[in-house]
Amino acid sequence: TYSAFGKVSRPIDFLKIVNVRDALNQAMDEELERDERVFLLGEEVAQYDGAYKVSRGLWKKYGDKRIIDTPITEMGFAGIAVGAAFAGLRPICEFMTWNFSMQAIDQVINSAAKTYYMSAGAQPVPIVFRGPNGSSAGVAAQHSQCFAAWYGHCPGLKVVSPWNSEDARGLLKAAIRDDNPVVFLENELMYGVPFDLSEEVMQKDFVVPIGKAKVERQGTHITLVSHSRCVGFCLDAATVLAKEGVECEVVNLRTIRPLDVDTIEASVMKTGHLVTVEGGWPQYGVGAEICARVMEGPAFNYLDAPAVRVTGVDIPMPYAKILEDHSVPQIKDIIFSVKKVLNM
Amino acid sequence: DLYFLCVYRSLMCHSLSLQGARMVASTRSFADFTPQKCELHRLEAGPSETAVLTREQGLQYYRTMQTMRRMELKADQLYKQKIIRGFCHLYDGQEACAMGIEAGINPTDHLITAYRAHGYTFTRGVSVREILAELTGRRGGVAKGKGGSMHMYAKHFYGGNGIVGAQVPLGAGVALACQYQGNNQVCVALYGDGAANQGQIFESFNMAALWKLPCIFICENNKFGMGTSVERSSASTDYFKRGDYIPGIKVDGMDVLCVREAIKFAADYCRAGKGPIVMELETYRYHGHSMSDPGVSYRSREEIQEVRSKSDPITMLKERMLSNNMASVEEIKEIDVEIRKVIEDAAQFAISDPEPPLDELCNHIFSVS
Repeated sequence: TYSAFGKVSRPIDFLKIVNVRDALNQAMDEELERDERVFLLGEEVAQYDGAYKVSRGLWKKYGDKRIIDTPITEMGFAGIAVGAAFAGLRPICEFMTWNFSMQAIDQVINSAAKTYYMSAGAQPVPIVFRGPNGSSAGVAAQHSQCFAAWYGHCPGLKVVSPWNSEDARGLLKAAIRDDNPVVFLENELMYGVPFDLSEEVMQKDFVVPIGKAKVERQGTHITLVSHSRCVGFCLDAATVLAKEGVECEVVNLRTIRPLDVDTIEASVMKTGHLVTVEGGWPQYGVGAEICARVMEGPAFNYLDAPAVRVTGVDIPMPYAKILEDHSVPQIKDIIFSVKKVLNM
Repeated sequence: DLYFLCVYRSLMCHSLSLQGARMVASTRSFADFTPQKCELHRLEAGPSETAVLTREQGLQYYRTMQTMRRMELKADQLYKQKIIRGFCHLYDGQEACAMGIEAGINPTDHLITAYRAHGYTFTRGVSVREILAELTGRRGGVAKGKGGSMHMYAKHFYGGNGIVGAQVPLGAGVALACQYQGNNQVCVALYGDGAANQGQIFESFNMAALWKLPCIFICENNKFGMGTSVERSSASTDYFKRGDYIPGIKVDGMDVLCVREAIKFAADYCRAGKGPIVMELETYRYHGHSMSDPGVSYRSREEIQEVRSKSDPITMLKERMLSNNMASVEEIKEIDVEIRKVIEDAAQFAISDPEPPLDELCNHIFSVS
């Protein structure tokens, strides 16, 4: 049998099953190998194999120089990472969760994001900040915040939010190869979820372009725009709705900033209806931005109904399971919103 | 008393300064300058207590410091004329720090400081023209007018940073890169007495010491963080000791030779792989914190005047050179005249150069490889 890569001794449609954690791990491994300027630092990334095991095996392979355990000092080590990027290295700075990035947010915004502009192009900052973002399970209010809107607000940053393993692998490679500061928002609940990856995706130079959304499911009646874990919920909702004859088009943003407005607009102009779905809080959020952009562009004239946002509830995340379950978008919420928009 | 060994070549290099100057004095290097003995923390031995100053060096230091001084005074003038706006934090009085540091490190070493950065921007290689034009927000400024006073950059100079203390972890990160790349370079990370209490500085100390980063942490103690004196801000004002487990040196920051010898010592220490070192430079700023601050509500005019008359770094150097026959009064005057012209030309450029074009507005958000 033959593939585009020449004669192969296994079926052409060979698919590897890789969960998101391993996709991230493999992407980092390959990029560490490819470019010796790349290194990883953060809490527990080395000898602990990563708090969430995302960096498992990397310290054994690359050693102390390339995989660095830091003390619990986010502001300090984020600043150190940015300084290393100033001076020619390509750091990956892990925040154990993005909640802790608030301690270091000045370094992310004022030292990393703005420097290329302030220096009029003299000082690029090739750094990736990564870690799990958004709600988890039972970790309560201080450990459950979504930062997509916070970082997505800032010029000078690229902000990406992968959903599946292909996203994770391709976007992380793209982020590491990008000469700009990239905020890489992972999702803890997705780490263990397996996906089929094609041979093409498994290539060492496979990258997912930053700034380009993907239509995960074609549809005609309504557009669902989402990012990260909620993309999966949108697809599940679409399956249920299909039984009632409603065909949803599901757009996976992949990148929060720069936002792929073209793909969103093309879809809305096709379906005439829009629901945005995100895990973060509603006020000043990702969905709010999408709605505003749709209003400002050509797609507005194609809307047959006002757009609706499905978001996390506007409260600090509660602990009790029943409360937590009702604080985040569920499939039934998406279905409800679709029917509301379609006046069903 | 007059010797002419080797003097001819060095004088020829300063041909401008020859015109009208009397043939000068001594060619001897002076090993009898004695920087003050530095107070040490966790160090058995410290910087050299004698310094050699050659005539060439002396003239160069004088020229550089005087240029910084006049540049800052010109900025003061332009600010009062409202040609410079926003923040403007002037460095006059502290010149020996920037000069001494630059004299003791290599151009391939690295340096980062906070917002009182015009002096360092100059010593790190940016012209007065480009500095003043950046202050006036013109396209010929070193950051094309997009950065302003606090955001000027050059090769191995990382600004100019507006957030108090943030530059210190950045400097430690630059040092990490030096260590990682094995290039034997060091990074000088400067901060003020006001910043010295910042948590992130202690975080940087911890990691720099743990990983033995080649980082020289320098506190420029000018006695005031804005209007708050060191006694009112810091439970411990021994800034050179605040690194605790990191050795420290207290230095007379008004004496360029003292600074130079200390930084040489510190750089050698770091290059030997011994880890970071902390230095405190005792210095003084004549201006207030910024151009919005007259600088006299929290300190007396008498104090400012006293420092000016007894400890001015440029005067000290000049008097050293004159009293040791290393330069003549006329020669110094000529250098002053040259500098005045350089500053005037630069100011002229800074005033007349156009502002950046509007289509620059959205450029330089992202680097495109």
